[in-house]
Amino acid sequence: MPDYNEIISRMYRLLQPFVKPEVELSGDSELVTELGLTSLQVMTLIEHIEDEFDISVPLNILPDIRTIGDLAQQLEKLVP
Amino acid sequence: MSLFDKFQPIIDIRAELQQLGIMPFGAVTEKLLSATEGIVNGHQVILAGTNNYLGLTFDPACIAAAKTAIDEQGTGTTGSRMANGTFAEHLQLEQELAQFFDRRHAIVFSTGYAATMGMASTLAGPGDVIVLDADSHASLYDGVRLSGADIIRFRHNDVADLEKRLRRLGDRTANTLIIVEGIYSMLGDQAPLGEIATVKRRHGGMLLVDEAHSLGMLGDHGRGVAEAQGVEDAVDFIVGTFSKSLGAIGGYCVSNHPQLEAVRFATRSYIFTASPSPSVIASTRAALRLLQQRPELRERLWVNAQRLYDGLQALGFRMSPQVSPVVAVTIGERDQAIGWWQRLLELGVYVNLVMPPASPTDNSLLRCSISAAHSRAQIDRILDAFAALESA
Repeated sequence: MPDYNEIISRMYRLLQPFVKPEVELSGDSELVTELGLTSLQVMTLIEHIEDEFDISVPLNILPDIRTIGDLAQQLEKLVP
Repeated sequence: MSLFDKFQPIIDIRAELQQLGIMPFGAVTEKLLSATEGIVNGHQVILAGTNNYLGLTFDPACIAAAKTAIDEQGTGTTGSRMANGTFAEHLQLEQELAQFFDRRHAIVFSTGYAATMGMASTLAGPGDVIVLDADSHASLYDGVRLSGADIIRFRHNDVADLEKRLRRLGDRTANTLIIVEGIYSMLGDQAPLGEIATVKRRHGGMLLVDEAHSLGMLGDHGRGVAEAQGVEDAVDFIVGTFSKSLGAIGGYCVSNHPQLEAVRFATRSYIFTASPSPSVIASTRAALRLLQQRPELRERLWVNAQRLYDGLQALGFRMSPQVSPVVAVTIGERDQAIGWWQRLLELGVYVNLVMPPASPTDNSLLRCSISAAHSRAQIDRILDAFAALESA
């Protein structure tokens, strides 16, 4: 079972195609307001995360997620 | 920080369009000349974006039925189905829908939105799971959000992805609802219902299919994609609308599950809204009869759809993978789509403009919906207008 740090580092890799190369990612980076992801890009990111960790991410968790760290914490509960 | 801050993107795009003098959203139909022609935003146009698939909105039998109903029963029911709003004709329409779909039970709703949103929000609840196609209509997304169930989205029309998600659920598939559409409203592509039915049989769960854009178009009886693909027995619930091929407004759900009669009294969009007006029920019943009596409408619709699709493809436009009465042209640049939409209007053709986030990708769409009532000459005029865009 991967821990928070491993999950977040794998997430940074998955986020690369969505952000400019010079952007420095951290757990506090806000996906929409800071990194500028559109709603469609958030859904595509979720699909990539689901494939990466072989899980299904329920859409119900999305309203509580603002930052990369928020998402990583939710994934910690979902990844076996 | 104000309540209105979140509306700023909408305010900005409206201002931008206003400055350009273009009004694609909420275009005003000032006069209807027939089922396929009208005056929109001051331009006389061929209506190629109205969902009037069978062209029945001006059918004399439908109009006569609606007029008689108004004369005999007045303009509205003034109440919900649970209170004073169930008239004998509402029940007759439910029986006729059940017969048409060869199902035991049917519920009539006041709108298609109320039907799809209501069923999606009620069938599954907290502790249950909903697995829905990513390109599902907003009414389905709204419904599943209200349900309290765990919501899992699978890649559009990707049966392997659906199966992967069902496999991950394990025993939870016993209380899982799978939601797909027959024909998808944005690109007009069909669900691979045969394969979806196989996966459902393998893993369990119940299947709801929204046939809003396929009623009257596919299958020997016009029941939709489930009939056309021979998998009606695997579909637990079919939902749809009267506002497209039947030319009125309202929605329905049909099923063989006797529990549908209990679901009726738990569905808030059924309980807490006024029932459809007598004239709406009357014209819908007449249209449903015509749909069955005149299969040639269906044939003409597909001939027209093929002609428009082939013509646009020959002009070099980026088309959806499947021919369908929803004929969508994909445009990469949003501003080009806006400009072309207005130019088409000026050239005498009304289509729908769809922009992100309403479109399924980052692209925009000029979405045509074809009708059995369109003449060959009208389709050629639509094509001439698109050809003029290319050369502009």
